[in-house]
Amino acid sequence: MSTIVLQNIDKYYGNNHVLKNLNLTIEDGEFMTLLGPSGCGKTTTLRVISGLEKPQNGKLYMDGELMVNAKELYFAPPSKRMLNLVFQSYALWPHMTVFQNVAFGLSIKKVPKEEIKTRVENALRRMQILEYQDRYPSELSGGQQQRVAIARAIVTEPRVLLLDEPLSNLDAKLRIDMRSELKRLHQELGTTVIYVTHDQIEALTMSTRVAIFFEGQLAQVDTPLNVYQNPADLRVAEFIGNPSINFVSAKGRLEDNVLHITSDVGDFTFGSEHFTENEFPRQGEFDCVLGIRPEQIYLRSSPWHDAREAVVYASQPAGSETLVQIQMGDTRLLVKQVGTRNYQTNQTVYATILENMVTVYNKATGKLIKMAVELDLEAVEMEGSRSSSSIT
Amino acid sequence: MFERMEDMNATQTAPPIGLEEFSQGRKIKNALKNLFGNPYNILVMVTILLLVYFIVVPLAEMISTTFEVAQRDLRRLGAGVQAGDFTLFYWNRLLFSEVSSSLLYKPLLNSLCIALTVSVLSIILGSVCAWLMVRSDLPAKRFFSLAIIIPYMLPSWCKSMAWMTVFKTPRIGGTPGFLTALGVNVPEWLAYGPIPIVLVLTLHYYAYAYLLVSAALGSINSELEEMGEIAGAGKIQILRRITLPLVLPAILSAFILTFSKSMGTFGVPAFLGMKANFMTISTSLYATVKQQQTTTGYAIALILILISSLNIYLNQKAIGSRRSYATIGGKGGRSTLIGLGKWKPLIVFLLVLFVGIAVIGPLLILVIDTFMLKPGVYSLENFSLYYWVGSGNPTIYEGEPGVLVNSRFWTNTWNTMKLVVITSVFGTFCGQMIGYINSRSRGRFSGKLVEQLVFIPYLIPSIAFGAIYLSMFSTPSLGGIIPSLYGTFTLLVLVSVVKHLPFSSRAGTANMMQIGIELEEAGSIEGAGFFKRFARIVLPLSKAGFLSGFMLIFISIMKELDLIMLLVTPTMTTLPYMAFSYSNANMPPYSNVVAVIMFLIVLIVYWLTNTFGNADISKSMGG
Repeated sequence: MSTIVLQNIDKYYGNNHVLKNLNLTIEDGEFMTLLGPSGCGKTTTLRVISGLEKPQNGKLYMDGELMVNAKELYFAPPSKRMLNLVFQSYALWPHMTVFQNVAFGLSIKKVPKEEIKTRVENALRRMQILEYQDRYPSELSGGQQQRVAIARAIVTEPRVLLLDEPLSNLDAKLRIDMRSELKRLHQELGTTVIYVTHDQIEALTMSTRVAIFFEGQLAQVDTPLNVYQNPADLRVAEFIGNPSINFVSAKGRLEDNVLHITSDVGDFTFGSEHFTENEFPRQGEFDCVLGIRPEQIYLRSSPWHDAREAVVYASQPAGSETLVQIQMGDTRLLVKQVGTRNYQTNQTVYATILENMVTVYNKATGKLIKMAVELDLEAVEMEGSRSSSSIT
Repeated sequence: MFERMEDMNATQTAPPIGLEEFSQGRKIKNALKNLFGNPYNILVMVTILLLVYFIVVPLAEMISTTFEVAQRDLRRLGAGVQAGDFTLFYWNRLLFSEVSSSLLYKPLLNSLCIALTVSVLSIILGSVCAWLMVRSDLPAKRFFSLAIIIPYMLPSWCKSMAWMTVFKTPRIGGTPGFLTALGVNVPEWLAYGPIPIVLVLTLHYYAYAYLLVSAALGSINSELEEMGEIAGAGKIQILRRITLPLVLPAILSAFILTFSKSMGTFGVPAFLGMKANFMTISTSLYATVKQQQTTTGYAIALILILISSLNIYLNQKAIGSRRSYATIGGKGGRSTLIGLGKWKPLIVFLLVLFVGIAVIGPLLILVIDTFMLKPGVYSLENFSLYYWVGSGNPTIYEGEPGVLVNSRFWTNTWNTMKLVVITSVFGTFCGQMIGYINSRSRGRFSGKLVEQLVFIPYLIPSIAFGAIYLSMFSTPSLGGIIPSLYGTFTLLVLVSVVKHLPFSSRAGTANMMQIGIELEEAGSIEGAGFFKRFARIVLPLSKAGFLSGFMLIFISIMKELDLIMLLVTPTMTTLPYMAFSYSNANMPPYSNVVAVIMFLIVLIVYWLTNTFGNADISKSMGG
């Protein structure tokens, strides 16, 4: 129903350039998450889409219809955009009951009283807060207020639902519950959802696609799995994943269309079929950085195949997983193992790195030049279960 | 890579995307639509226009008048001069002529001395009271906290009437005062002139310092003081090195307030000085205007404005960005009281004495005096309700009937109540609208402009403000759209509303700041336009603030004399003016009756405010 196209959007607050030439297309029915550290422009993007903020430059289309043309100072009002917004602070009107809060938008649209009642009750029932309809927001808990805010946003049946860090004010347990509830809601309603968060776990678990922002610019727009496995540059790689990715300095050399890598953690060769379109020197040696996720390293206590020798620096067993820091030459690596393992400090271990999953970045540009590739079905399954366990 | 394919498809199915031609015409059309299609912009523009017209234009007109030859001075300036010609005559006369000394320099010096002494004394008095009330373990705080702010409710010139009742000497004629009647020979300097003026004004303005400093003290977290104690500081050291610096901004703003107010105040020096030929700058201004030397009067008013602007400027330089320590500490959490120890009985005694003499005393004197048929004779036989309900005996004050049976009193009461209610409603509304603009356009040029414009009336002493409006509206203005308003009720409302804008808009801004902007944004997402948002979200949420803002202006205007002094006419008079003219006609019992009735009205409104509106009267410094 609703494709949203942002074209060359620039937004300034005074001299502060908040959004820098932003281009983003959000497909109909998508659950698009805008992710980034605070102050990166993700909330501003949401507000530009909603119509609460006017960009100084660029165009915005919804469903092919022009909504913003900054050059001609054309800005369609929020009400014309068929969307609704859940504020971070919920912004519930304290002088209205839950019912009145939810009914407000419909009453503005002059919907008949009877219909308002049924629609509001449906929305409240869907959010499981029907019994609170006569209460005032101050008489509700944070989680209940959150549900009222969502009910208020969905009762008008918007084509696009905007959510601005909706879970940030909830406690940890409630946050996990609401995550699955929002995901269900998206599937049931089928509306396009644009979701702003700084929490990568929310982004990876709920979205169909993730847009990662740094300093007002888009760094990567991709599926959660791709964002995790093939971060487009070093900043994204560092931002996504907890515990964070290992970076290893290495030397690269292209010979016969094969990339030869030498590093502390081993020598690798990669075929051109996994190269990205990003530039890197085709001749001679160049500096590069390897990205290795902690769960893609395996440890054994005894020598095995071509496993490399390493020394345990520190071990942190945490029940369901164990984090081990190992020293390999001058490089220290973080390894994540499922279950409880016991390692002694300074114990010698043997590490195997899942070679295909290693990503390679050109150090000069910071861009990804070789993607991670899952080779066989078993590895895919294994990785699938691993990555999901690492992000919940 | 797959993504990119999809993107291309999207651009193909929606051909107009990115292909529209830029049109300058459409841009202009949209710009105009954005500007005028938004009621908020219209509101801001109308507000700025009105503020300019009612604040900047009168001021500018007054300034330019002082450089123009007035019709009535044509003869004085000799032949060949026409009305409206440029002249420095008035400024020369005021600043460099043989009358300058009596017209300007002497009164100015008097005023400066009085203002400085009053400010210092009332800040000391007010701060000590505030500290005792807020931070010490003084007993009977409820009683004292009410007693201490009673002076705020009684207009300052009422207190000078009480002073006269006690200390009046035979020199200026009329009935003798209480002490003279007892046979005490009252020295002149105690009856009239600078000393009684300073004392009376101090007993009035200390209430302002008290309110401001106690608010600041109340917001200091006592942990800050306890930290000082842990660091080894004694009580005096804590007071001097921690508490005092923290309330310094409040003390300095109390200083601005008392200084400007006592510079511009008219009632008290008029009662206690003018008759004995002791002039201050405000009585000099009044006298010149009354003697038809209006232009010279304006020049005096401008000098008054200049002085208060300078004062505020210097203070803001001194306070700088540290203006609000109070908010840093937030609500202040716990507050541990400081024991007065062995000093407690003495302090309580002194405070009771103070309240008795300074607060209850004047009030009691006024009330008793209204029941004494023959002034100066304090005996039970002399007790009479004559001045309240007497029907007019030709042997007593030329047959003036008792106040309550005098039809003029009821006309004036009706006028006053009408003025006060209409001004409060209208003024509060304006204040809230300006507050709305201020809170919604923080940091934008329009918001800053409105804030600055609204502040101007604060700089202008009431009596000068009255003079400006007299000049501006005594003839038809704006090409006849606004007729001559001199002597009309409308003019009184207008001048009161505009003069109180700094206070009402401050209350309005505080009120509107409490309504988060997201609450309105949520409304506009739901499709509510400006008016719907205002009616259904902003207005219901600001109701409480509306009410308390209303009460604050009410109390302040009820007591107002200085502002309307020059604007009232015999047919359009208010209660304060009635009391003033009774006193001027040497009929003190009558003026005392009027003053007591006014005080009762203010007290009742204050009680209602406290009970139902929970308003903070420290926000209103209009009286």
